[in-house]
Amino acid sequence: MPVQSPISSVNDFVVRFANVNGSGSASANEMFARSILRHGVPVSPRNIFPSNIQGLPTWYEVRVTEDGHLGARGGVDMMVAMNPQTWDKDLASIEPGGYLFYDSTKPMPASKFRADITVIGVPLTAITNSTYTDPRQRQLFKNIIYLGALCALLDMDPKLVEQLIGEQYKGKEKLLSSNVHALHLGRDWALQNLKCPLGLRIKKADKVGDRIFIEGNNAAALGAVYGGATVCAWYPITPSSSLADAFTSYCKKLRHDPETGKAKYAIVQGEDELASIGIVIGASWNGARAFTATSGPGISLMTEFIGLSYFAEIPAVIMNVQRAGPSTGMPTRTQQCDIIACAYASHGDTKHVLLLPEDPAEAFEFAAQAFDLAERLQTTIFVMLDLDIGMNHRLCRPLKWDDARQYDRGKVMTAEMLDDGRDFGRYLDVDGDGIPYRTYPGTHPTKGSFFTRGTSRDRYARYSEEGSVYADNMQRLVRKFETAQDMVPRPLQANAAKPTKYGVIYFGSTAPAMDEAIGLLEANGHQLDRLRIRAFPFHSSVASFIADHDFVYVVEQNRDAQLRSLIVNENGIDPVRLVPILHYDGTPITARFIAGAIGDHQDQLKLTPLRKVKS
Amino acid sequence: MTYIAKPKFHHPGLPKNDLGFTHRDYEGKISTLCAGCGHDSITASIIEACFELSIEPHRVAKISGIGCSSKTPDYFLGNSHGFNSVHGRMPSVLTGANLANRDLIYLGVSGDGDSASIGFGQFAHSIRRGVNMTYIVENNGVYGLTKGQFSATADRGSKSKKGVTNTDNAIDLVAIALQLGASFVARGFSGDKTQLVPLIAAAIQHKGAAFIDVISPCIAFNNHAGSTKSFDYVREHNDAVNRLDVITGREPISVDYAPGTVQLVEQHDGSRIALRKIDADYDAHDRGGAMTFLQKHAAKGQIVTGLLYVDPESDDLHSHLDTVETPLNTLEAKDLCPGTTALDRINASLR
Ligand SMILES: Cc1ncc(C[n+]2csc(CCOP(=O)(O)OP(=O)(O)O)c2C)c(N)n1
Ligand code: SF4
Repeated sequence: MPVQSPISSVNDFVVRFANVNGSGSASANEMFARSILRHGVPVSPRNIFPSNIQGLPTWYEVRVTEDGHLGARGGVDMMVAMNPQTWDKDLASIEPGGYLFYDSTKPMPASKFRADITVIGVPLTAITNSTYTDPRQRQLFKNIIYLGALCALLDMDPKLVEQLIGEQYKGKEKLLSSNVHALHLGRDWALQNLKCPLGLRIKKADKVGDRIFIEGNNAAALGAVYGGATVCAWYPITPSSSLADAFTSYCKKLRHDPETGKAKYAIVQGEDELASIGIVIGASWNGARAFTATSGPGISLMTEFIGLSYFAEIPAVIMNVQRAGPSTGMPTRTQQCDIIACAYASHGDTKHVLLLPEDPAEAFEFAAQAFDLAERLQTTIFVMLDLDIGMNHRLCRPLKWDDARQYDRGKVMTAEMLDDGRDFGRYLDVDGDGIPYRTYPGTHPTKGSFFTRGTSRDRYARYSEEGSVYADNMQRLVRKFETAQDMVPRPLQANAAKPTKYGVIYFGSTAPAMDEAIGLLEANGHQLDRLRIRAFPFHSSVASFIADHDFVYVVEQNRDAQLRSLIVNENGIDPVRLVPILHYDGTPITARFIAGAIGDHQDQLKLTPLRKVKS
Repeated sequence: MTYIAKPKFHHPGLPKNDLGFTHRDYEGKISTLCAGCGHDSITASIIEACFELSIEPHRVAKISGIGCSSKTPDYFLGNSHGFNSVHGRMPSVLTGANLANRDLIYLGVSGDGDSASIGFGQFAHSIRRGVNMTYIVENNGVYGLTKGQFSATADRGSKSKKGVTNTDNAIDLVAIALQLGASFVARGFSGDKTQLVPLIAAAIQHKGAAFIDVISPCIAFNNHAGSTKSFDYVREHNDAVNRLDVITGREPISVDYAPGTVQLVEQHDGSRIALRKIDADYDAHDRGGAMTFLQKHAAKGQIVTGLLYVDPESDDLHSHLDTVETPLNTLEAKDLCPGTTALDRINASLR
């Protein structure tokens, strides 16, 4: 292979760290990403981790992106190869002309390298061992030492990294100084022994603005706090556990009564997902705002209760942080594969509201909004995150709240309204929008009590198996779902620079990759109008968008084109007009993939009529 | 069907309780269960206990799973909210409801199929969490609603209506509740209202997880020779460890039983339980002793009834979670939302 000239790029490259789970590298790697941010340069990091606790490989990838592309890019410009087990695979993933950074304490045979990359050896173990005697210290400081060396190699300002270390170890002087010392050990060694800086460099810029850097799970948890959730019941499952953890820690900080110190919330780790959703339903039935956080397998277990929530009309909020299924699938890999399972969860005829946030900022907004929607619609609302948004830090606009905002508790008949002689039928459609009034238990001594059950009943909640009564209720539920169309977040449309016959529909965590892919496609002469769907039920603009285009690509991260099926099913659209673009290997979708797949299809279109391509 | 409400006619001579309510105010819809079903007697006992305690009916939340037993909340306290949830999951729904509003009285009604099979886990976990509730299992040893299959509480060797012998060991929910830390554990018999009414009343007044297993023969599928949950069998093998009276705080406390045979237990709300001991050496404060006692009697084929264990110092899930006294469901945005100032601080910490 000809020796490639080394990649040269300022503020636009991908560094991947290959580590061993449990080696304490996570915080050093995250510090690396954060310090680049402090240079005013956007980053988009991603955790790639196995479903185990210790010993197996993990990767942390930092995309440095002055242009602000927050989707995964694909490819690796610099590999920090700290895991001998994955050496061969790691080496192979480096782009031609890229860089390999490794611990050169033990010499490696030449056959272990590639001729088309630049190899940078730093005797990390030797440096560490000559400075530290304690084994745990050796392990932890080795990570800071490589961070220091990278600082020199990438021309980063050490002051900014020191500042971050200072923030992290505020008040812990000893730890602070020893970390700064380790940082300089690595940096000085690199400056003295290596050609610094490399072709890959960080240069101060002003491209981050006031954006914040937060994980989607954390933002959704904060949304639940702001949305007034007081009851949370959950059962541990990757990748949603950190959502419940974050809710717990925010509540501890923000939700204690200042006078008594008592909690204005109740969090229960259920014995399983059945109990968790049961607790949510019980609490919501009794007028509290309640939610659970889970992932696919948890949804499977919850479905009976979700049907009850739908039919008995009890609010519930489920934050579903999707991972690759089916079954245990790939528990620590990302997908958007629970769309159908959630939209139609449970037996019988059901339909549920899905909210599809694109990033942490929307996860915050949608999580808070989900409680209003659940109470207004008296049904389950799913906030559909995925591992890619949930467990990775993303740059996003600052979280916003309007202090004037009141919680919309929906249609609740109060004791006063009952005393005023208002006709209370629990399942009576008073306003023609399909949404009946409810009463909270304990409201009134003689009026307003009713019996909640999953069995069919009439408009006054009286048990009935009359076919007409049942059908009346089921039709009202459809009416209610139609009402929901105008309550949920609308799709956002962005048109191509020139008029075009082609459109693309996408949603959720695909958004940043899609935004970038549009640029790549345009560069190749492909013009596409974009529609980002933000909720199910679909707003009428989804059908009109499809009608306005000859055909529309539907980009999603699952095998079976689940969103496409939902659109076809709900809007009665000819499936041929919706071209699936599917990515489902568990890694986050990239702009390169989308642009490649759509570009190929568009190129073929120029050659052959569509029907022939299909056959 | 169940939507037939009872006529509202009130006899002027009906006795009234402290709130001026009569029995009729504690009734619900007309039962659709088989005539003679033990569950209807339990319904009657619940009505009686609530009447005696002068409970405001609408301050009770009645929650159940699925089964004949779970239908019964429709048949009492018509002025309170009821919730017939899904099979075996009453405990979680009740737990959630209780977390939302600690001020109501929570009555969980379940069957032995509901609680000892599909809902065994939920039963156990609600007890171990100490949810403040009265959890009643209407235990007939069979699945009534699905027509007579053995339930997990059916005794080994007992016979079904079809003559099949049960070869599985039985789960004794009382023993399990004791083991799980329930702070009030009792067993009653639907055919013995004199004993059952005060048990229910005491359980309602108790703070924490109160569990009552009520043997409740199923007329349709489990009231034959060979069944250990039939009326005749239970009457013959019932060994009551105590009788009790519940004395609410509103009444002067006077106990007129012979000294040495009465023990007073004060509950959190000031009410007292007077235990009239029948078995002289039975101590209702000894969890371990209660377990041994149960097992010894079970080995002899006896069904021990009465208040088996009570912890007068009990607390509940809200105390464990240290939640505010105000019901969570009444908190509003101003109480819950940290506002923009806090959010600005959070935003700043994320840069
Ligand atoms: C998930 C589910 N599985 C099965 C059933 C059918 N089912 C209804 S009631 C019942 C058993 C009821 O037995 P038990 O709780 O002992 O109450 P009983 O009718 O004897 O009072 C069963 C199995 C159901 N409703 N839901
Ligand atoms: S089947 Fe048995 S449990 Fe059900 S109502 Fe009839 S007697 Fe009662």
